[in-house]
Amino acid sequence: MDKPFAITLDVGSSLANKTGSWRTERPLYMNSLPPCNDACPAGENIQGWLYEAEEGRYQRAWQLIVADNPFPAIMGRVCYHPCQTACNRAQLDQPVGINSVERFLGDVALQEKWPLPMEAVESGKRVLVVGAGPSGLSAAYHLRRFGHSVVIRDAGPKSGGMMRFGIPSYRLPRDVLDAEIQRILDMGVELHLKSPVTDVLAAKEEGSFDAVFVAVGAQVGKRAYVPAGESAKILDAVTLLRDMEGEERPLLGRRVVVYGGGNTAMDAARTAKRLGAEEAIVVYRRTRDRMPAHDIEVEEALEEGVLIRWLSTIKSVDAGSMTVERMELDDTGFPQPTGEFEELAADSLVLALGQDTDLSLMQDVPGIEIADGVVQVDERMMTGVDGIFAGGDMVPSERTVTVAVGHGKQAARAVDGWLRGVAFEHAPRPQLATFDRLNTWYYTDAPKTVRPTLDAARRVSTFDEVKQGLDEQTAVYEARRCLSCGNCFGCDNCFGVCPDNAVLKLPRGSAEGDNGRDYAFDLDYCKGCGICVNECPSGAIVMIPEP
Amino acid sequence: MSAEPIKFYQVGSFAVGNRLLDITERSAQSDPSRPNSINSGHRACQGCGEALGARYALDAAMRATAGDMVAVNATGCLEVFSTPYPETSWQIPWLHSLFGNAPAVATGVAAAMKVKGRETRVVGQAGDGGTVDIGMGALSGMFERNDDVLFICYDNEAYMNTGVQRSGATPPAARTATTQAVGDHPGNVFGQGKDLPRIAMAHEIPYVATATVANLRDLEAKVEKAMQMRGARYIHVLVPCPLGWGSASKDTILLARLAMESGLFPVFEAEYGEVTSVLPVRRRVPVTEYLRLQKRYAHLFHPEPDASTLERLQAMADRNFRRYDIQEVDV
Repeated sequence: MDKPFAITLDVGSSLANKTGSWRTERPLYMNSLPPCNDACPAGENIQGWLYEAEEGRYQRAWQLIVADNPFPAIMGRVCYHPCQTACNRAQLDQPVGINSVERFLGDVALQEKWPLPMEAVESGKRVLVVGAGPSGLSAAYHLRRFGHSVVIRDAGPKSGGMMRFGIPSYRLPRDVLDAEIQRILDMGVELHLKSPVTDVLAAKEEGSFDAVFVAVGAQVGKRAYVPAGESAKILDAVTLLRDMEGEERPLLGRRVVVYGGGNTAMDAARTAKRLGAEEAIVVYRRTRDRMPAHDIEVEEALEEGVLIRWLSTIKSVDAGSMTVERMELDDTGFPQPTGEFEELAADSLVLALGQDTDLSLMQDVPGIEIADGVVQVDERMMTGVDGIFAGGDMVPSERTVTVAVGHGKQAARAVDGWLRGVAFEHAPRPQLATFDRLNTWYYTDAPKTVRPTLDAARRVSTFDEVKQGLDEQTAVYEARRCLSCGNCFGCDNCFGVCPDNAVLKLPRGSAEGDNGRDYAFDLDYCKGCGICVNECPSGAIVMIPEP
Repeated sequence: MSAEPIKFYQVGSFAVGNRLLDITERSAQSDPSRPNSINSGHRACQGCGEALGARYALDAAMRATAGDMVAVNATGCLEVFSTPYPETSWQIPWLHSLFGNAPAVATGVAAAMKVKGRETRVVGQAGDGGTVDIGMGALSGMFERNDDVLFICYDNEAYMNTGVQRSGATPPAARTATTQAVGDHPGNVFGQGKDLPRIAMAHEIPYVATATVANLRDLEAKVEKAMQMRGARYIHVLVPCPLGWGSASKDTILLARLAMESGLFPVFEAEYGEVTSVLPVRRRVPVTEYLRLQKRYAHLFHPEPDASTLERLQAMADRNFRRYDIQEVDV
């Protein structure tokens, strides 16, 4: 024994002292559901693709979007982005401009000609999709990825449904629309245009299809009875917007009145302006806060010089003028007539009072339930008839492109499950990552990048796209504003703040750690203090009682 | 602020790491092969701020000196919980002598290295008791002679290891074992105690800085800067103590942050006796937000709020804002 004076034991390491035995609670890496993902009608993993975009891995980000939604470039233009409404960052400074990043990714993909993923083995099953709108195309895309052969039939002369015949080109340029649809057709989806289906069961039989997904939309403009003189020019907004895609542009005159308060009314008024109308006046019977149109649409319409008459209804129409009655809201918020009338000079009246759906192809099919003008479906999107599914504007729902795309995805999964004889189950929804679960001290303020908007004066005379995209630098900046709510983003805080070095950092992207993370808890030494939980910026660690 | 803030919109320069940063710009603590100067298995309490602060500071010093350094430790929690014979948590050359003589021993080690012609740097370290009370004379001498030592005080504001007795760094109104919350003026008295960063500045030594465990990048930058200088340097690090402060173990970093954001613990650096930079406060909070989380101040809130004492504590924070001209900015 050769030790210094008064030393009797060998030097030992404190590693012999397993302090993990002190613990009564332990940390656990657990992801929760970011509010953006929760709010997305198409079920996109937004936080997931923003994470990839933050590092400039655009193709990977884009692939994550198209796993759920085949139209990133379209979404980036027409989606009303409920994700941004739900975004936790709004409580810090401003919501992340998710929509503009999606558009950037969608445009890069079109530029680089990235193909949609198609790896499935052919199933030998045939599915008919009726309607080549957002819902039908989305369903076709997902069904094709499941390996089924898909035929789309559409009554119209071109594909896209309301994306083409309802949304003006200044919001959705047609080359973008065409390119994203073509990408789906390139996967081997068959498309028959000008091929209306009059009887859904006969069509199924005829083509020996195993299942049908019907998504014919709501294309019929609602009419209201307005007493009109003989030479009065009245048309509905759906027709107006559809005619914009034809050879001849509709003639509306110098003063155009649009009746209604929805997004379609705004589209019609803005289109009228672009067709040369000196005045486009929206007449709406309630007030702005009760208007169904989205704020951004109203904002842009007003910027372009569209006039809005609140609390007004149209009583009668004559050539060159119409009579308008002033309304008042009663206690329940319902507009009541006041008996005060006014003349309004106008060359034509466009009715934008909502849309109905043409269900003639299935209204006589026994078992299919139609209520309030729409088809009733179960949670699998299946109608009362086995193998006939329906979605989009023709079933009870909010009528937006994104909801329709979501329906298409959901229906495709249900059809696939039904064809394979297994019920499709939704994955359990994790707990919502609410703002109070974040440690926001770690995030710095950074207001969002506003997409450049075409100078209003220039855009009213053209059908050029109103909103321009972000360049790469701003798109990355915007993506990096994501708080990554409820999901680890590799900030190393847990690894750094542990007083006991009981968090292991594994090679990045290895997912070798706990719960697929790049970090793991060393339970031999973790004393269970909980600092890592407290200091996790995104709230992605929880404490659980020691088992 | 001595650290050039790296502007990231997701996490600013505040989180430990950032996968978007170039590897050379990341903190020492985010490095998977960091030295872990103090190893796992040490016997510090759950959520110990001092164990954390010591690893932060020493790992940064190790990086700055490429591992060529010695640490000299005074008696205190840090020494006791890390080296129960024959175990040690230290993975760096480390020397312990007595409670009061760590600065003198550090001076000796530095002199010995010089004599031997070695470049090895020396860091002395102690708790607040070893620094402001027991080791004060030796430390003042080290400052006065401008010996080439970085001395770091891990301030948890009382003698925690021996049972939470008051030290010269215990703040007014705090309850300790020797300043019980009884009588007309419960807790520690106002107007006593020592502000060691200011005492160090009065020695006009090359570098004095304060830091907390709530701002890692600031702490690391200060240690690194100190290691690039020669002569006597002093860094005073606030390290919350769940045991002595009566706080939840998970709140250690939160309390350090609140101490800073309330103004009760100003974070600054000074060279040759003059303040050269002050860390701005991002989200200013009233002192009550900091005090309320600690049982050592419970008598200020129960059974009745002690408004006059709370006002005096708030006045101390306000004075720091004036004295150091602390800015309120969001960076």
